[in-house]
Amino acid sequence: MSRLSDHNVIVAKEIIARYPKKKSALIPLVHLSQEQNGYVTEDAMRHVAELVEVTPAEVYGTASFYEMFRFEPTGKYLINVCGTMSCALMGGADLMHHAENSLGIKAGSTTDDGLITLQHAECQAACTEAPTLQVNYRHRYRVTPESFDQLVTDLRSGALDAEIPLHGTLGRNRQQIPADRAVGAEHPDEVSAGPTWIQVSPA
Amino acid sequence: MSIDSSVVSPYPWAPGFYPGDRPEIVTSRFKYEDGHTLERFLATGGYDGLRAALTESPSDVHEVVKNSTLLGRGGAGFPAGVKWGFTPQGVWPRYLVVNGDESEPGTYKDRLLMECDPHQLIEGCLIASYAAGLSQCFLYIRGEMALAHERVAQALNDAYAAGYIGKNILGTDFSIDIVLHWGAGAYVVGEETALIESLEGNRGMPRLKPPFFPAAVGLYGQPTIVNNVETLSNLPFIAREGSDAYTAIGTSTSPGTRMIAVSGHVVRPGVYEIINGSTTFRDLIYGDDFAQGIRDGNELKAFVPGGGSAPWFVSDQLDIAFEGPEASAAGSMLGSGAVMVMDSTTDIPAAALTLVKFYAHESCGKCVPCREGGTWLYRLVERIVAGHGTDADIDTIFEVGQTICPGDMPHAASERLGIDAVPFPYKMTTICFVGPSAYAPIYSALTLFRDEFDALVTKREERRSIPVTAEVPA
Repeated sequence: MSRLSDHNVIVAKEIIARYPKKKSALIPLVHLSQEQNGYVTEDAMRHVAELVEVTPAEVYGTASFYEMFRFEPTGKYLINVCGTMSCALMGGADLMHHAENSLGIKAGSTTDDGLITLQHAECQAACTEAPTLQVNYRHRYRVTPESFDQLVTDLRSGALDAEIPLHGTLGRNRQQIPADRAVGAEHPDEVSAGPTWIQVSPA
Repeated sequence: MSIDSSVVSPYPWAPGFYPGDRPEIVTSRFKYEDGHTLERFLATGGYDGLRAALTESPSDVHEVVKNSTLLGRGGAGFPAGVKWGFTPQGVWPRYLVVNGDESEPGTYKDRLLMECDPHQLIEGCLIASYAAGLSQCFLYIRGEMALAHERVAQALNDAYAAGYIGKNILGTDFSIDIVLHWGAGAYVVGEETALIESLEGNRGMPRLKPPFFPAAVGLYGQPTIVNNVETLSNLPFIAREGSDAYTAIGTSTSPGTRMIAVSGHVVRPGVYEIINGSTTFRDLIYGDDFAQGIRDGNELKAFVPGGGSAPWFVSDQLDIAFEGPEASAAGSMLGSGAVMVMDSTTDIPAAALTLVKFYAHESCGKCVPCREGGTWLYRLVERIVAGHGTDADIDTIFEVGQTICPGDMPHAASERLGIDAVPFPYKMTTICFVGPSAYAPIYSALTLFRDEFDALVTKREERRSIPVTAEVPA
C-alpha cells in the first residue's frame, strides 16, 4: 500500500531520467513518497531503492540524514516554529510557548485528532519578518498569539486548503521537461567531448 | 514583548524587501507582483542578457564576467569568473550546480530572488553554462522553501516551452537542460561539496578539500561549478550592460550591489540591495533609507555582521564598509549578507545560545571536533544560561573551542574593554565551517560581554564554601 502508486512510478521514472546517475533521484523520490503517504514508510524506501538501484539501507541512510523526512505518522499540518537568533530576539520562544499551550501539546508531538504536529525549527530565511513559522513549509510572518490562534482555527475549518496542501506536498506543481526540448542526461562516462557550442566557437 | 505587525514592506509579495534610491541590479522586478512570470520578465528586458551573450563566443562572455570582478555571494566572496577558470582543460562533461540551499541564520535573499524573479536566475544559469561550457545545470533549492519551488518550477516550464532552455536555445547550437532539485533540510548542504554529495543521493557531508575542489572534481567526479543564487542573478545585467556598467557601481574591489538582510532590534528590519563596497554598517543600521536605527530609541549592544557564523561586532565597528578585507581586519567577515542587531535589552548569553544550538544541531557528524565539540558547547552554554553553570564551564568552553579552532580566535576591538581586534580567519580542525561557527558566536559573546556570563555562573570560591557532610553508612 505504501509503495509508490502506478502514477507516481511514472513520475519517478521521469525524475530519474533527468539525472546522469539514478541515485541522484533518491531524495526527490523520497519526497514523492512522503507526498503520497504523509510520511516515509519502509515499503516506500524499499520501492525507491528498487527504482534507483541501490539497497534499501542506502535509501534509509540518506533519508534519515535530512530533517524534512519523517518516519512516523505526522499531522496533516506540520507547524515549524523558528527559534534561531533573529526570531529568538523578537519573541520566538514566547510564540512557541503560546503554541504549546494553545494546542495543548509539547513541541515534537501531534494533536489527538491527527491534524497538527508542532516542532521546533531552525532559521527559515525570513529573518526580517520575525517571529516566523511555517505550516507545511509555507511561511507565516510576524506571528502574534492572536494570529497563531487564527491560523489554527483556519486550518481546522479548511479555510486554508487552497493555499496549504497536506504535509508531504512540497510544490503544487512539478517541473516538466518536454521530450522534444530535452537535451538528456548522459552518464558522464559516455561523454568524452565538450559541448558543440564550445567546439565551434573561436578560441 | 509586542510584535509590530503594522510595518509591512511596500511590496507584500516580496515581504521584507524595501527599494531605495539606489541602483537595482538583481531586484529590479521586485516591484511587480507578477515579476515571477515569463510575460513580465520579457517585457522588462528579460533574456536580453542571454541574447547578447549568445552573439559572442563563450570565452568572450567568460572574459566579461572576469572583468566585472563579480564576487560570489554565498559567503566566501570568491570572484565567480576566476572560479569558472579552475575547470581542468579538456575534461568533459562539466556541470553547473546552483546553490539555493540558503539557510545561514539571518540570511534572507536567495529565497526572495527565487520567489520574485526566478527567470533572472535561470537566465544567469544559462549565461554561466554557455560561458564555461557546462553540459547540464542542477538547481538545488532548499526543501523548506515551498513557494520558491513552485515559482522556479513554473518558470522552468515556461522557459522550456518558449525555447529558452533545452535543445538549440534561441536557434543556436547552445543546448542545456536545467533540472530542479529538491533539498530535504540540512544546513550543511549549503557547503558546496556537501551540496554535491546531496545531489548524488547521499548524506550531505562535506568532502575533504584540498586537493580537489569541485571545479576540478565535483559532481560524479566531473568538473563542477557551484554558484550561489544571488551570484548567478547578477549575470543577466553583466551580459546585457557589460562589465564597465557593473564596475561603475560600488568600489573596484567590491563592485556592483549586494543584498543584505537586516533583522533583529531595528526600527525597519528589511532586505536591501545596497551599493557594494562603500556602504557602511552605520548606513545600514541607522540610515533612513535602510533599517532606520535601533527600536524604541535603545542603544546598540552588538551586531552579527555576516550571518550566524560571523564573529560579532559592536558599535566600535559601525563605520566599516562592505569590503571583505576591511571586515576581516576588524575580526569578522561579510559572509552571506545578513546583519542581526541586538539592542541594549538583549540577554547576550541567551542570544549566543540560539546560535550555538543551531550549529550543534546542524553538525553533519563527519568531523569529531564539530560533532562532539559543538554538542558540548551547546550543553555548556545552555547550562550557564539556565543558571546552573560554574566559572569552570566558561574555561571548558574555551578549551573545547581550542579543539575546533586552535590558536588565536578572531574578535572585534572594543574601546570600552580596551582590546584590539584579532583579524579573521581562524585556524580550524574541521572540513567545513559548521564547527567553527558553533564556537564563533559564543567566543564573541564571551570576549565582548564576559561580565554577563560571570553574573550567571557560580564561582569556584563559592562552590568550595558549600559544606559537604559525609555520612558514613551504619
